[in-house]
Amino acid sequence: MATEAPNDAMQTAHAADQGEVLIEVKDLKIHFPVTAGFVISRTVAVNKAVDGVTFDIKRGETLGLVGESGCGKSTTGRGLLQLYKPTEGHVLFDGQDLNELKGNDLRLMRRRMQMIFQDPYASLNPRMSVRDIVGEPLIIHGIGSAAQRRERVADLMRIVGLNPFYATRFPHEFSGGQRQRIGVARALAVDPDFIVADEPVSALDVSIQAQVINLLEELQEQFGLTFLFIAHDLAVVRHISDRVGVMYLGKLMELADRNEIYENPLHPYTKALLSAVPIPDPVMERKRERIILTGDVPSSLRPPRGCVFHTRCPIAIDECRQEIPEWREISPNHWVACHRV
Amino acid sequence: MSTLLEVKDLRTYFNTEEGVVKAVDGVTFDVQEGETLALVGESGCGKSVSALSVLRLIPIPPGRIVSGEVIFEGEDLLTMGEGEIRHIRGNRIAMVFQEPMTSLNPVLTIGKQMTEALELHLKLDKEAATARAVQLLEMVGVADADRRVSDYPHQFSGGMRQRVMIAMAMSCNPRLLIADEPTTALDVTIQAQVLEVMQRLSREFGTAVIIITHNLGVVARYADRVNVMYAGKIIEKASAEVVYADPRHPYTLGLLNSVPRLDQILQEKLVPIEGQPPDLGHLPPGCAFYPRCTYRIDKCREEFPPLQLVAENHYAACWVDVTQGRSTENGD
Repeated sequence: MATEAPNDAMQTAHAADQGEVLIEVKDLKIHFPVTAGFVISRTVAVNKAVDGVTFDIKRGETLGLVGESGCGKSTTGRGLLQLYKPTEGHVLFDGQDLNELKGNDLRLMRRRMQMIFQDPYASLNPRMSVRDIVGEPLIIHGIGSAAQRRERVADLMRIVGLNPFYATRFPHEFSGGQRQRIGVARALAVDPDFIVADEPVSALDVSIQAQVINLLEELQEQFGLTFLFIAHDLAVVRHISDRVGVMYLGKLMELADRNEIYENPLHPYTKALLSAVPIPDPVMERKRERIILTGDVPSSLRPPRGCVFHTRCPIAIDECRQEIPEWREISPNHWVACHRV
Repeated sequence: MSTLLEVKDLRTYFNTEEGVVKAVDGVTFDVQEGETLALVGESGCGKSVSALSVLRLIPIPPGRIVSGEVIFEGEDLLTMGEGEIRHIRGNRIAMVFQEPMTSLNPVLTIGKQMTEALELHLKLDKEAATARAVQLLEMVGVADADRRVSDYPHQFSGGMRQRVMIAMAMSCNPRLLIADEPTTALDVTIQAQVLEVMQRLSREFGTAVIIITHNLGVVARYADRVNVMYAGKIIEKASAEVVYADPRHPYTLGLLNSVPRLDQILQEKLVPIEGQPPDLGHLPPGCAFYPRCTYRIDKCREEFPPLQLVAENHYAACWVDVTQGRSTENGD
């Protein structure tokens, strides 16, 4: 698609289908060795946190990544930013293979991709003022003079809805929602193209979540940002994403446009996940048929053979226990990995 | 149905460096036999402290229960002796906590922790208690229960630990189960399993449940009646159907509007409640929701609105009638 699309840099916002690909992930694997032994350490097992995911993110779009804890969604996000070195596979950012970049080239590339973390309490240094926190990326990347940085921090605070008057205050003087705004300002400081938002609202109160989601959407429009939005709240992901990917045990199960995946889920795991979310309406909720999965998520140290979901799948057949289902495009832009579809 | 628990004008304050924090400030509610009551609200609204005060589990100091009555089966739990309330805790009223990781003792087997209450409250001998523990584990869906009863907590997954907590809580056949954010730490598919188990058991045992949560979806599915809390006070109470279909407090209304829903057409923009959550140490003199309220009138700033009847079995603490957009001050 990238070869035929004449790219119009102005048309960035919500260019879901036609847009140019900004990030290409090819068969990405991130494995962590589990070691034992004190003096002579040896690898006793391998944790396959991310085990072969392939997808792309188009410029200006928001790709949502959902799944339960331990499914590898955060590791994938960090892998895209080269915070973990891929065991196998490639991440292409604007056509450049990040594996091949080193030193200064990698640092320059890092300016273009930033991260917003889940916990606004743990991700801000309690001993640094807001000015130092938001200004730190500018210092690291050697941008501007001290006076320019100060001005830039004030601008950023205004952009995220904080009063620049409070620049000298410390994180503990802010509420959770305000702290998350500080985290957003920090991510914006170096003017990135791409932001990985890892559960940015799940630590916030319900009434504050909507504020931060709206802020992220406004910023996307204003600056043409591309987001990878990682969350476990399916309603939030549906609201903010253009496309949604569902992960389970280190693999992608399904990926499609948000309306498609919510209205026409194909993978049994996606269906179960959607039906497990209670809807805030007692009349509707009590009528609803639910698919309740049995059992727990298996350990990623010993993932099941064949399809990783077969141990909990209500419609698994012998084939699922033997063979890994292929990741295939079942209809335009709707990808799924399941033998039964 | 008869009243099982009656909480009257409960006030629990904490002394902090920044002064007195009124975590629970005049809360009145009741629980009927066998029903499920939800206490809903955001962090710091006093929902957990209300429940902990019922069992006198508030750390004193810095906390203190300043006033109020907690009548359970005709007795005031707040005035009874320490020995007496111990017969209530874990026996007549049981509790399930949020963190299944930290609320089990890591160095004791599941069996040991479960039989402790059975031996203490039901005076069972060791063998009978263990047999009962196995039976309870089977009821909550722990496979291979007779072997797993001698396992340690770390050998269980999060969802399984929460099942164990429920089995333990139900072990003495309590009349009331208090579940404080029982599934907040769990994944959605596991959350559904655990809530289903809790509902099934409480129905089988005829146990009333107080479920404390911020998840409006969970409330919609499991609660019969709902109390919405804000800044230490109950600001709205009604049956679950009514609260969702016809909310009368601006905060409840705002809360329901601010969450994206899977069953609705996508909105262009979410409608958040503006402003920040209240600082309990520095509450405004009138309605605590005043600074964030879109319906506010001058009176709200000065005088706290009492909880008053707005429809049959439906109470709200607001000077404004949100359905009309005008004051209900002289309405009743």
